Amino acid sequence: MRRWERFALPLTASACLLAVWSLAVHVTATDIFPSPLAVAQGIGELFRRGILVSYVVDSMRRVAIGFALASLFAIPIGMLCGWSRSINAAVNPLVQALRPISPIAWMPLAVIWFGIGEAAPVFLIFLGGFFPLVLAANNGVRNVPEIHLRAAANFGLSTFATLRRVVFPAAVPNILIGLRISLGVSWLVLVAAEMIAVDSGLGYLIIDARNAGKRYDLVVAGMLLIGTIGLILDSSLRRLERARIFRWGFRG
Amino acid sequence: MSVPSGQVKVAIRGVTRQFPTDEAAIEVLQDIDLEIREGELVCILGPSGCGKSTLLNIVAGFLEPTRGSVTIDGEPVVGPDRRRIFVFQERGVFPWLTVTGNVAFGLDGLGAAERSERVRHYIDLVGLRGFERAYPHELSGGMKQRLEVARAFAVSPDVLYLDEPFGALDSITRLTMRRELLRLWRAERKTILFVTHDIEESVQIADRVVVLTARPGRVRRIVEIDIAHPRDLSDPRYIELRDAIFAEIGLAHQI
Repeated sequence: MRRWERFALPLTASACLLAVWSLAVHVTATDIFPSPLAVAQGIGELFRRGILVSYVVDSMRRVAIGFALASLFAIPIGMLCGWSRSINAAVNPLVQALRPISPIAWMPLAVIWFGIGEAAPVFLIFLGGFFPLVLAANNGVRNVPEIHLRAAANFGLSTFATLRRVVFPAAVPNILIGLRISLGVSWLVLVAAEMIAVDSGLGYLIIDARNAGKRYDLVVAGMLLIGTIGLILDSSLRRLERARIFRWGFRG
Repeated sequence: MSVPSGQVKVAIRGVTRQFPTDEAAIEVLQDIDLEIREGELVCILGPSGCGKSTLLNIVAGFLEPTRGSVTIDGEPVVGPDRRRIFVFQERGVFPWLTVTGNVAFGLDGLGAAERSERVRHYIDLVGLRGFERAYPHELSGGMKQRLEVARAFAVSPDVLYLDEPFGALDSITRLTMRRELLRLWRAERKTILFVTHDIEESVQIADRVVVLTARPGRVRRIVEIDIAHPRDLSDPRYIELRDAIFAEIGLAHQI
Protein backbone atom coordinates (compact mmCIF):
# COMPACT_ATOMS: atom_id res chain seq x y z
CA MET A 1 0.00 0.00 0.00
CA ARG A 2 1.28 3.45 -0.88
CA ARG A 3 1.94 5.95 1.86
CA TRP A 4 -0.85 8.37 0.95
CA GLU A 5 -3.32 5.47 0.75
CA ARG A 6 -2.63 4.54 4.36
CA PHE A 7 -4.08 7.90 5.34
CA ALA A 8 -6.53 8.52 2.52
CA LEU A 9 -8.40 5.19 2.76
CA PRO A 10 -9.37 5.36 6.44
CA LEU A 11 -10.14 9.10 6.16
CA THR A 12 -12.47 8.42 3.22
CA ALA A 13 -14.26 5.66 5.12
CA SER A 14 -14.68 7.92 8.17
CA ALA A 15 -15.97 10.77 5.97
CA CYS A 16 -18.54 8.42 4.41
CA LEU A 17 -19.74 7.35 7.86
CA LEU A 18 -20.04 10.99 8.96
CA ALA A 19 -22.06 11.79 5.80
CA VAL A 20 -24.44 8.84 6.37
CA TRP A 21 -24.81 9.79 10.04
CA SER A 22 -25.47 13.43 9.19
CA LEU A 23 -27.99 12.50 6.51
CA ALA A 24 -29.78 10.03 8.77
CA VAL A 25 -30.20 12.63 11.54
CA HIS A 26 -31.43 15.14 8.97
CA VAL A 27 -33.90 12.80 7.23
CA THR A 28 -35.41 11.39 10.42
CA ALA A 29 -35.46 14.85 12.05
CA THR A 30 -34.71 13.19 15.40
CA ASP A 31 -34.19 15.41 18.37
CA ILE A 32 -32.69 12.69 20.54
CA PHE A 33 -29.65 11.70 18.55
CA PRO A 34 -27.17 14.52 17.81
CA SER A 35 -25.75 15.33 14.38
CA PRO A 36 -21.97 15.30 13.84
CA LEU A 37 -22.00 19.08 13.94
CA ALA A 38 -23.78 19.12 17.31
CA VAL A 39 -21.19 16.69 18.67
CA ALA A 40 -18.36 18.87 17.41
CA GLN A 41 -19.99 21.88 19.11
CA GLY A 42 -20.30 19.76 22.25
CA ILE A 43 -16.57 19.05 22.21
CA GLY A 44 -15.98 22.78 21.77
CA GLU A 45 -18.19 23.48 24.76
CA LEU A 46 -16.25 20.97 26.90
CA PHE A 47 -13.07 22.73 25.92
CA ARG A 48 -14.47 26.15 26.86
CA ARG A 49 -15.67 24.83 30.21
CA GLY A 50 -12.07 23.69 30.76
CA ILE A 51 -12.94 20.05 31.39
CA LEU A 52 -11.97 18.49 28.06
CA VAL A 53 -8.25 18.33 28.80
CA SER A 54 -8.61 17.54 32.50
CA TYR A 55 -11.11 14.72 31.85
CA VAL A 56 -8.85 13.19 29.19
CA VAL A 57 -5.85 13.46 31.50
CA ASP A 58 -7.76 11.93 34.43
CA SER A 59 -8.94 9.00 32.31
CA MET A 60 -5.54 8.37 30.83
CA ARG A 61 -3.91 8.51 34.23
CA ARG A 62 -6.30 5.88 35.63
CA VAL A 63 -5.76 3.63 32.65
CA ALA A 64 -1.99 4.13 32.81
CA ILE A 65 -1.85 3.15 36.50
CA GLY A 66 -4.22 0.18 36.13
CA PHE A 67 -2.44 -1.04 33.01
CA ALA A 68 1.01 -0.62 34.57
CA LEU A 69 -0.06 -2.58 37.67
CA ALA A 70 -1.55 -5.29 35.46
CA SER A 71 1.71 -5.56 33.50
CA LEU A 72 3.78 -5.61 36.66
CA PHE A 73 1.90 -8.60 38.06
CA ALA A 74 0.67 -10.40 34.95
CA ILE A 75 3.97 -10.74 33.06
CA PRO A 76 5.94 -12.46 35.86
CA ILE A 77 2.96 -14.63 36.88
CA GLY A 78 2.27 -15.66 33.28
CA MET A 79 5.94 -16.38 32.64
CA LEU A 80 6.23 -18.51 35.79
CA CYS A 81 3.15 -20.50 34.73
CA GLY A 82 4.67 -21.05 31.31
CA TRP A 83 7.99 -22.11 32.77
CA SER A 84 6.89 -24.47 35.56
CA ARG A 85 4.27 -27.16 35.10
CA SER A 86 3.60 -27.30 38.82
CA ILE A 87 3.02 -23.57 39.13
CA ASN A 88 0.81 -23.70 36.07
CA ALA A 89 -1.19 -26.61 37.52
CA ALA A 90 -1.72 -24.62 40.71
CA VAL A 91 -2.43 -21.17 39.29
CA ASN A 92 -3.94 -21.63 35.85
CA PRO A 93 -7.36 -23.02 36.97
CA LEU A 94 -7.75 -19.96 39.23
CA VAL A 95 -6.87 -17.63 36.37
CA GLN A 96 -9.27 -19.41 34.04
CA ALA A 97 -12.09 -19.25 36.61
CA LEU A 98 -11.64 -15.55 37.35
CA ARG A 99 -11.02 -14.52 33.74
CA PRO A 100 -14.59 -14.77 32.39
CA ILE A 101 -15.97 -12.59 35.20
CA SER A 102 -16.50 -9.12 33.78
CA PRO A 103 -14.73 -6.37 35.71
CA ILE A 104 -18.19 -4.74 35.97
CA ALA A 105 -19.25 -7.57 38.28
CA TRP A 106 -16.53 -6.46 40.69
CA MET A 107 -17.97 -2.93 40.96
CA PRO A 108 -19.89 -3.39 44.24
CA LEU A 109 -16.91 -5.07 45.89
CA ALA A 110 -14.52 -2.44 44.56
CA VAL A 111 -16.57 0.29 46.20
CA ILE A 112 -16.73 -1.56 49.52
CA TRP A 113 -12.98 -2.23 49.48
CA PHE A 114 -11.67 1.05 48.17
CA GLY A 115 -14.48 3.55 48.88
CA ILE A 116 -14.75 6.80 47.00
CA GLY A 117 -11.65 7.85 45.08
CA GLU A 118 -9.14 6.76 42.50
CA ALA A 119 -8.42 3.25 43.77
CA ALA A 120 -11.74 1.64 42.80
CA PRO A 121 -11.69 2.49 39.07
CA VAL A 122 -7.96 1.72 38.88
CA PHE A 123 -8.69 -1.69 40.39
CA LEU A 124 -11.33 -2.44 37.74
CA ILE A 125 -8.97 -1.36 34.96
CA PHE A 126 -6.25 -3.52 36.51
CA LEU A 127 -8.59 -6.54 36.46
CA GLY A 128 -9.46 -5.96 32.82
CA GLY A 129 -5.83 -5.76 31.76
CA PHE A 130 -4.47 -8.50 34.00
CA PHE A 131 -5.95 -11.70 32.55
CA PRO A 132 -5.20 -11.37 28.83
CA LEU A 133 -1.61 -10.54 29.70
CA VAL A 134 -1.17 -13.53 32.02
CA LEU A 135 -2.35 -15.75 29.19
CA ALA A 136 -0.07 -14.13 26.61
CA ALA A 137 3.03 -14.33 28.82
CA ASN A 138 2.21 -17.96 29.68
CA ASN A 139 1.87 -18.83 25.99
CA GLY A 140 5.00 -16.92 25.08
CA VAL A 141 7.14 -18.90 27.51
CA ARG A 142 5.51 -22.20 26.67
CA ASN A 143 6.23 -21.68 22.97
CA VAL A 144 9.92 -20.96 23.34
CA PRO A 145 11.48 -23.38 20.82
CA GLU A 146 13.11 -26.41 22.39
CA ILE A 147 16.33 -25.83 20.43
CA HIS A 148 16.79 -22.41 22.06
CA LEU A 149 16.51 -24.01 25.50
CA ARG A 150 18.96 -26.70 24.45
CA ALA A 151 21.39 -24.10 23.18
CA ALA A 152 21.14 -22.31 26.54
CA ALA A 153 21.89 -25.58 28.35
CA ASN A 154 24.71 -26.34 25.94
CA PHE A 155 26.39 -22.99 26.62
CA GLY A 156 26.15 -23.70 30.33
CA LEU A 157 23.57 -21.05 31.36
CA SER A 158 22.07 -21.23 34.86
CA THR A 159 18.28 -21.37 35.20
CA PHE A 160 18.13 -17.67 36.00
CA ALA A 161 20.39 -16.76 33.07
CA THR A 162 18.29 -18.97 30.79
CA LEU A 163 15.13 -17.14 31.86
CA ARG A 164 16.71 -13.72 31.43
CA ARG A 165 18.74 -14.28 28.26
CA VAL A 166 16.64 -16.81 26.34
CA VAL A 167 13.12 -17.35 27.69
CA PHE A 168 12.17 -13.70 28.20
CA PRO A 169 13.44 -12.38 24.85
CA ALA A 170 11.88 -15.34 23.06
CA ALA A 171 8.54 -14.58 24.72
CA VAL A 172 8.63 -10.86 23.98
CA PRO A 173 6.56 -10.99 20.76
CA ASN A 174 3.74 -12.82 22.56
CA ILE A 175 4.02 -10.42 25.49
CA LEU A 176 3.78 -7.45 23.13
CA ILE A 177 0.60 -8.87 21.64
CA GLY A 178 -0.68 -9.40 25.17
CA LEU A 179 0.14 -5.80 26.09
CA ARG A 180 -1.87 -4.57 23.12
CA ILE A 181 -4.89 -6.68 24.01
CA SER A 182 -4.53 -5.74 27.66
CA LEU A 183 -4.31 -2.01 26.96
CA GLY A 184 -7.36 -2.33 24.71
CA VAL A 185 -9.37 -4.04 27.46
CA SER A 186 -8.16 -1.51 30.07
CA TRP A 187 -9.46 1.32 27.91
CA LEU A 188 -12.66 -0.63 27.30
CA VAL A 189 -13.27 -1.01 31.04
CA LEU A 190 -12.70 2.72 31.59
CA VAL A 191 -16.35 3.80 31.11
CA ALA A 192 -17.65 1.27 33.60
CA ALA A 193 -14.79 2.03 36.00
CA GLU A 194 -15.59 5.75 36.01
CA MET A 195 -19.26 5.08 36.71
CA ILE A 196 -18.24 4.55 40.32
CA ALA A 197 -16.40 6.49 42.94
CA VAL A 198 -15.11 9.37 40.80
CA ASP A 199 -16.47 12.60 39.31
CA SER A 200 -14.16 13.22 36.39
CA GLY A 201 -12.98 11.44 33.26
CA LEU A 202 -14.47 10.46 29.92
CA GLY A 203 -16.51 7.60 31.38
CA TYR A 204 -17.93 9.93 34.02
CA LEU A 205 -18.67 12.49 31.28
CA ILE A 206 -20.90 9.99 29.45
CA ILE A 207 -22.86 8.98 32.56
CA ASP A 208 -23.10 12.56 33.83
CA ALA A 209 -24.22 14.02 30.48
CA ARG A 210 -26.97 11.40 30.30
CA ASN A 211 -28.13 11.91 33.89
CA ALA A 212 -27.83 15.69 34.02
CA GLY A 213 -30.03 17.00 31.25
CA LYS A 214 -29.93 14.24 28.62
CA ARG A 215 -27.07 15.91 26.76
CA TYR A 216 -26.67 13.26 24.04
CA ASP A 217 -24.27 15.48 22.10
CA LEU A 218 -21.87 15.22 25.05
CA VAL A 219 -22.54 11.47 25.39
CA VAL A 220 -21.50 10.91 21.78
CA ALA A 221 -18.58 13.35 22.17
CA GLY A 222 -17.31 11.23 25.06
CA MET A 223 -17.66 8.07 22.97
CA LEU A 224 -15.74 9.58 20.07
CA LEU A 225 -12.96 10.81 22.35
CA ILE A 226 -12.61 7.34 23.91
CA GLY A 227 -12.47 5.75 20.46
CA THR A 228 -9.91 8.19 19.13
CA ILE A 229 -7.59 7.92 22.12
CA GLY A 230 -7.90 4.11 22.01
CA LEU A 231 -6.85 4.16 18.36
CA ILE A 232 -3.81 6.32 19.13
CA LEU A 233 -2.74 4.09 22.05
CA ASP A 234 -3.08 0.92 19.99
CA SER A 235 -1.14 2.25 17.05
CA SER A 236 1.69 3.39 19.32
CA LEU A 237 2.02 -0.15 20.67
CA ARG A 238 1.83 -1.47 17.12
CA ARG A 239 4.80 0.68 16.20
CA LEU A 240 6.76 -1.24 18.82
CA GLU A 241 6.06 -4.49 16.95
CA ARG A 242 7.68 -3.03 13.88
CA ALA A 243 10.85 -2.04 15.75
CA ARG A 244 13.86 -3.75 14.20
CA ILE A 245 14.67 -5.77 17.30
CA PHE A 246 11.15 -7.25 17.57
CA ARG A 247 10.30 -7.65 13.90
CA TRP A 248 11.43 -11.30 13.83
CA GLY A 249 8.44 -12.25 15.96
CA PHE A 250 5.78 -10.77 13.69
CA ARG A 251 4.82 -11.90 10.21
CA GLY A 252 4.25 -9.35 7.47
CA MET B 1 35.66 -52.37 12.99
CA SER B 2 39.05 -50.97 12.16
CA VAL B 3 40.31 -49.20 15.26
CA PRO B 4 41.80 -45.94 14.05
CA SER B 5 45.19 -44.79 15.22
CA GLY B 6 45.47 -41.64 17.30
CA GLN B 7 43.93 -40.78 20.65
CA VAL B 8 40.32 -41.77 21.21
CA LYS B 9 38.21 -38.69 21.94
CA VAL B 10 34.66 -40.02 21.97
CA ALA B 11 33.92 -43.63 22.88
CA ILE B 12 30.40 -44.96 22.34
CA ARG B 13 29.94 -48.39 23.90
CA GLY B 14 26.94 -50.65 23.48
CA VAL B 15 24.51 -47.74 23.20
CA THR B 16 20.89 -48.83 22.87
CA ARG B 17 17.96 -46.48 23.04
CA GLN B 18 14.29 -47.33 23.32
CA PHE B 19 11.33 -44.99 23.27
CA PRO B 20 8.32 -46.20 25.24
CA THR B 21 4.96 -46.29 23.48
CA ASP B 22 1.53 -47.47 24.64
CA GLU B 23 2.06 -51.06 23.55
CA ALA B 24 5.78 -51.77 23.54
CA ALA B 25 9.07 -49.94 23.59
CA ILE B 26 10.36 -49.01 20.16
CA GLU B 27 14.05 -49.60 19.77
CA VAL B 28 15.67 -46.88 17.67
CA LEU B 29 19.32 -47.65 18.35
CA GLN B 30 20.85 -51.05 19.03
CA ASP B 31 24.29 -51.77 20.41
CA ILE B 32 26.19 -48.92 18.83
CA ASP B 33 29.95 -49.23 19.31
CA LEU B 34 32.08 -46.47 17.89
CA GLU B 35 35.29 -44.67 18.66
CA ILE B 36 36.15 -41.25 17.31
CA ARG B 37 39.70 -39.97 17.33
CA GLU B 38 40.74 -36.51 18.38
CA GLY B 39 40.48 -34.12 15.45
CA GLU B 40 38.57 -36.58 13.30
CA LEU B 41 35.55 -35.66 11.18
CA VAL B 42 33.11 -38.55 11.26
CA CYS B 43 29.81 -38.64 9.38
CA ILE B 44 26.94 -40.70 10.71
CA LEU B 45 24.90 -41.65 7.70
CA GLY B 46 21.58 -43.38 7.50
CA PRO B 47 18.04 -43.22 6.17
CA SER B 48 15.60 -40.99 8.01
CA GLY B 49 14.22 -42.62 11.14
CA CYS B 50 17.34 -44.74 11.69
CA GLY B 51 18.11 -43.01 14.97
CA LYS B 52 21.17 -41.05 13.85
CA SER B 53 19.91 -37.82 15.41
CA THR B 54 19.02 -39.75 18.56
CA LEU B 55 22.59 -41.04 18.67
CA LEU B 56 23.97 -37.51 18.30
CA ASN B 57 21.65 -36.23 21.05
CA ILE B 58 22.85 -39.03 23.35
CA VAL B 59 26.50 -38.25 22.68
CA ALA B 60 25.79 -34.54 23.28
CA GLY B 61 24.12 -35.31 26.62
CA PHE B 62 20.59 -34.18 25.70
CA LEU B 63 19.24 -37.74 25.89
CA GLU B 64 20.19 -40.72 28.00
CA PRO B 65 20.86 -44.12 26.47
CA THR B 66 18.64 -46.97 27.65
CA ARG B 67 21.77 -49.14 27.86
CA GLY B 68 25.42 -48.51 27.18
CA SER B 69 27.59 -45.48 27.77
CA VAL B 70 29.36 -42.59 26.13
CA THR B 71 32.69 -41.31 27.41
CA ILE B 72 34.64 -38.30 26.20
CA ASP B 73 38.32 -38.09 27.18
CA GLY B 74 37.53 -41.04 29.44
CA GLU B 75 34.80 -39.20 31.38
CA PRO B 76 31.20 -40.35 31.12
CA VAL B 77 28.80 -37.88 29.50
CA VAL B 78 26.11 -36.83 31.99
CA GLY B 79 24.63 -33.79 30.26
CA PRO B 80 25.32 -31.00 27.80
CA ASP B 81 28.67 -29.29 28.24
CA ARG B 82 30.02 -26.03 26.87
CA ARG B 83 33.21 -27.79 25.74
CA ARG B 84 31.09 -29.62 23.18
CA ILE B 85 28.67 -27.56 21.15
CA PHE B 86 25.67 -28.81 19.22
CA VAL B 87 24.88 -27.02 15.96
CA PHE B 88 21.25 -27.23 14.88
CA GLN B 89 19.87 -26.25 11.53
CA GLU B 90 19.88 -22.52 10.90
CA ARG B 91 16.85 -21.93 13.14
CA GLY B 92 19.08 -22.49 16.15
CA VAL B 93 20.39 -18.89 16.19
CA PHE B 94 18.65 -16.44 18.52
CA PRO B 95 16.44 -14.16 16.41
CA TRP B 96 16.41 -11.36 19.00
CA LEU B 97 20.19 -10.95 18.93
CA THR B 98 22.29 -9.38 16.19
CA VAL B 99 25.10 -11.30 14.50
CA THR B 100 27.48 -9.91 17.12
CA GLY B 101 25.10 -10.77 19.96
CA ASN B 102 24.74 -14.34 18.75
CA VAL B 103 28.48 -14.94 18.37
CA ALA B 104 29.11 -13.39 21.80
CA PHE B 105 26.35 -15.44 23.45
CA GLY B 106 28.62 -18.05 25.05
CA LEU B 107 31.44 -15.64 25.92
CA ASP B 108 30.15 -14.25 29.22
CA GLY B 109 33.16 -15.31 31.22
CA LEU B 110 35.62 -13.29 29.14
CA GLY B 111 36.75 -9.69 29.55
CA ALA B 112 35.22 -7.15 27.20
CA ALA B 113 38.36 -6.74 25.10
CA GLU B 114 38.97 -10.43 24.58
CA ARG B 115 35.29 -11.02 23.91
CA SER B 116 35.02 -8.43 21.17
CA GLU B 117 38.29 -9.65 19.68
CA ARG B 118 37.01 -13.20 19.53
CA VAL B 119 33.64 -12.14 18.15
CA ARG B 120 35.37 -10.18 15.40
CA HIS B 121 37.67 -13.10 14.60
CA TYR B 122 34.86 -15.60 14.14
CA ILE B 123 32.60 -13.21 12.27
CA ASP B 124 35.48 -12.73 9.84
CA LEU B 125 36.19 -16.43 9.70
CA VAL B 126 32.66 -17.30 8.57
CA GLY B 127 32.50 -14.37 6.17
CA LEU B 128 29.90 -12.25 7.95
CA ARG B 129 31.96 -9.08 8.20
CA GLY B 130 29.76 -6.09 7.40
CA PHE B 131 26.71 -7.84 8.92
CA GLU B 132 27.67 -7.42 12.59
CA ARG B 133 24.55 -5.41 13.41
CA ALA B 134 22.12 -7.39 11.26
CA TYR B 135 19.42 -9.56 12.81
CA PRO B 136 19.04 -13.19 11.70
CA HIS B 137 15.78 -12.48 9.86
CA GLU B 138 17.72 -10.08 7.69
CA LEU B 139 20.16 -12.84 6.64
CA SER B 140 19.90 -15.65 4.10
CA GLY B 141 19.64 -19.28 5.20
CA GLY B 142 23.31 -19.92 4.46
CA MET B 143 24.39 -16.87 6.43
CA LYS B 144 22.27 -17.93 9.40
CA GLN B 145 23.93 -21.33 9.31
CA ARG B 146 27.37 -19.74 9.22
CA LEU B 147 26.33 -17.56 12.15
CA GLU B 148 25.42 -20.62 14.16
CA VAL B 149 28.73 -22.26 13.32
CA ALA B 150 30.54 -19.06 14.40
CA ARG B 151 28.59 -19.01 17.69
CA ALA B 152 29.73 -22.58 18.31
CA PHE B 153 33.40 -22.05 17.35
CA ALA B 154 33.63 -18.86 19.43
CA VAL B 155 33.52 -20.76 22.74
CA SER B 156 36.48 -22.93 21.60
CA PRO B 157 34.81 -26.30 22.03
CA ASP B 158 36.86 -29.43 21.42
CA VAL B 159 33.96 -31.28 19.88
CA LEU B 160 31.24 -30.10 17.52
CA TYR B 161 28.02 -31.96 16.85
CA LEU B 162 26.28 -31.08 13.63
CA ASP B 163 22.78 -32.45 13.03
CA GLU B 164 22.04 -32.24 9.31
CA PRO B 165 23.24 -28.66 9.48
CA PHE B 166 22.92 -27.93 5.79
CA GLY B 167 19.72 -29.89 5.15
CA ALA B 168 17.52 -26.82 4.72
CA LEU B 169 19.84 -25.01 2.31
CA ASP B 170 19.72 -25.01 -1.47
CA SER B 171 22.22 -27.28 -3.24
CA ILE B 172 24.64 -24.53 -4.27
CA THR B 173 24.80 -23.02 -0.79
CA ARG B 174 25.17 -26.52 0.63
CA LEU B 175 28.34 -27.12 -1.42
CA THR B 176 29.81 -23.79 -0.32
CA MET B 177 28.99 -24.51 3.31
CA ARG B 178 30.74 -27.89 3.17
CA ARG B 179 33.86 -26.22 1.80
CA GLU B 180 33.70 -23.58 4.54
CA LEU B 181 33.24 -26.17 7.24
CA LEU B 182 36.29 -28.09 5.99
CA ARG B 183 38.27 -24.85 5.96
CA LEU B 184 37.32 -24.13 9.59
CA TRP B 185 38.01 -27.71 10.56
CA ARG B 186 41.48 -27.62 9.02
CA ALA B 187 42.17 -24.29 10.73
CA GLU B 188 41.15 -25.44 14.21
CA ARG B 189 41.17 -29.25 14.15
CA LYS B 190 38.05 -29.83 16.18
CA THR B 191 36.62 -33.30 16.53
CA ILE B 192 33.41 -33.25 14.50
CA LEU B 193 30.45 -35.60 14.49
CA PHE B 194 28.27 -34.82 11.54
CA VAL B 195 24.86 -36.45 11.02
CA THR B 196 23.51 -36.56 7.50
CA HIS B 197 21.29 -38.59 5.20
CA ASP B 198 23.21 -37.33 2.17
CA ILE B 199 25.67 -39.92 0.85
CA GLU B 200 27.55 -37.49 -1.37
CA GLU B 201 27.91 -35.03 1.48
CA SER B 202 29.39 -37.67 3.76
CA VAL B 203 31.95 -38.84 1.18
CA GLN B 204 32.92 -35.24 0.42
CA ILE B 205 33.74 -34.20 3.96
CA ALA B 206 34.34 -37.17 6.27
CA ASP B 207 37.45 -39.05 7.34
CA ARG B 208 35.17 -41.96 8.05
CA VAL B 209 31.53 -42.59 7.23
CA VAL B 210 29.55 -44.67 9.72
CA VAL B 211 26.65 -46.23 7.83
CA LEU B 212 23.67 -47.09 10.06
CA THR B 213 20.94 -49.59 9.23
CA ALA B 214 17.26 -48.65 9.17
CA ARG B 215 15.45 -48.84 12.51
CA PRO B 216 16.67 -50.02 14.84
CA GLY B 217 19.91 -48.29 13.91
CA ARG B 218 22.97 -50.50 14.12
CA VAL B 219 26.42 -49.86 12.70
CA ARG B 220 26.27 -51.50 9.32
CA ARG B 221 29.66 -50.57 8.05
CA ILE B 222 32.37 -48.00 8.56
CA VAL B 223 33.94 -46.64 5.39
CA GLU B 224 37.33 -44.95 5.55
CA ILE B 225 37.47 -42.10 3.03
CA ASP B 226 41.13 -42.15 2.06
CA ILE B 227 41.10 -39.17 -0.27
CA ALA B 228 43.19 -36.08 0.46
CA HIS B 229 41.53 -32.67 0.71
CA PRO B 230 40.59 -30.79 -1.39
CA ARG B 231 38.65 -33.66 -2.85
CA ASP B 232 38.05 -33.92 -6.55
CA LEU B 233 34.46 -35.00 -7.07
CA SER B 234 35.32 -36.70 -10.35
CA ASP B 235 38.19 -38.68 -8.83
CA PRO B 236 37.62 -42.41 -9.54
CA ARG B 237 38.28 -43.21 -5.88
CA TYR B 238 35.57 -40.73 -4.81
CA ILE B 239 33.09 -42.32 -7.20
CA GLU B 240 34.10 -45.79 -6.08
CA LEU B 241 33.56 -45.02 -2.39
CA ARG B 242 30.34 -43.18 -3.05
CA ASP B 243 28.94 -46.04 -5.12
CA ALA B 244 30.03 -48.57 -2.53
CA ILE B 245 27.93 -46.74 0.06
CA PHE B 246 25.01 -46.43 -2.34
CA ALA B 247 25.22 -50.21 -2.85
CA GLU B 248 25.57 -50.79 0.88
CA ILE B 249 22.34 -48.92 1.55
CA GLY B 250 20.70 -50.84 -1.27
CA LEU B 251 20.22 -48.02 -3.71
CA ALA B 252 21.23 -48.29 -7.32
CA HIS B 253 23.00 -45.11 -8.28
CA GLN B 254 20.60 -44.41 -11.09
CA ILE B 255 17.43 -42.46 -11.40
